[in-house]
Amino acid sequence: MIELTRRATFSASHYYWNEAWSQEKNEEVFGRCARRNGHGHNYTLEVTVAGEADPVTGFVVDLKWLKDVIETEVLAAYDHRHLNLEVPEFTERMIPTTENIAVAAWKRLEGAVSKAGGARLSRVRVYETSEIFAEYRGEN
Amino acid sequence: MATAYFGRRYMLSASHRLHADLLSEEENRATYGKCNNPHGHGHNYVVEVLVVGEVDRETGMVVNMATLDETVQTAVMERFDHTNLNFDPLFVNQVPTTENLTKAVFEVLKDALPAGKLECVRVEETENNFFEYRG
Repeated sequence: MIELTRRATFSASHYYWNEAWSQEKNEEVFGRCARRNGHGHNYTLEVTVAGEADPVTGFVVDLKWLKDVIETEVLAAYDHRHLNLEVPEFTERMIPTTENIAVAAWKRLEGAVSKAGGARLSRVRVYETSEIFAEYRGEN
Repeated sequence: MATAYFGRRYMLSASHRLHADLLSEEENRATYGKCNNPHGHGHNYVVEVLVVGEVDRETGMVVNMATLDETVQTAVMERFDHTNLNFDPLFVNQVPTTENLTKAVFEVLKDALPAGKLECVRVEETENNFFEYRG
């Protein structure tokens, strides 16, 4: 089995806020991330798919195809958007933390990748900065 | 709920000398090369900590980064940053290679974090070599 990873970047804003909590508790738990006017990051998204190399093409999947899938399924919705206000899966109950962005991007990509035949989504990693990242491997 | 991973990278500057007491001077020189120079040398290590857990429904987090930072600061940075690794008690009986440093950081952090939380420790000695330990 081969794992193949494609990297993409998107820029978005967000804030962390749990509606069920007081302002004091939100600020205590989330610190600066709780500022209601939000802040932003240049995110890096790494999408890893696993499969066998096709005997004819030598590809697990066509990288150009994977690039287009990432653009259509994730970047079109996330890039230059406010994640809390403009992206439907980030509701009051799904704060756009790096962890939840990794899970949400996985859900957006899983169907399209599984249709590619043979390959499956293996890992989604999201870098919020070069020092902070989260990943999801489809585990419940 | 979803099980996810959270990773955080920290910089640790330290010196070391690779020298095995069981080997002769010549053997040490042959094995470790310039890393055996008597007065040691240093690196800006990057310590990458990967923790695992359920994404908390209330916070959306696997771990609160501020808490993780405090734990790493107390358990790892205060112990190893800006030190000579050869003088740490952990390296009295073993050579402070980055392999052994990676294991040491893993063991120290595993004890400092809640059980089952630590997934992997990666230590990058330079941008061209790194080591990973998962226990």
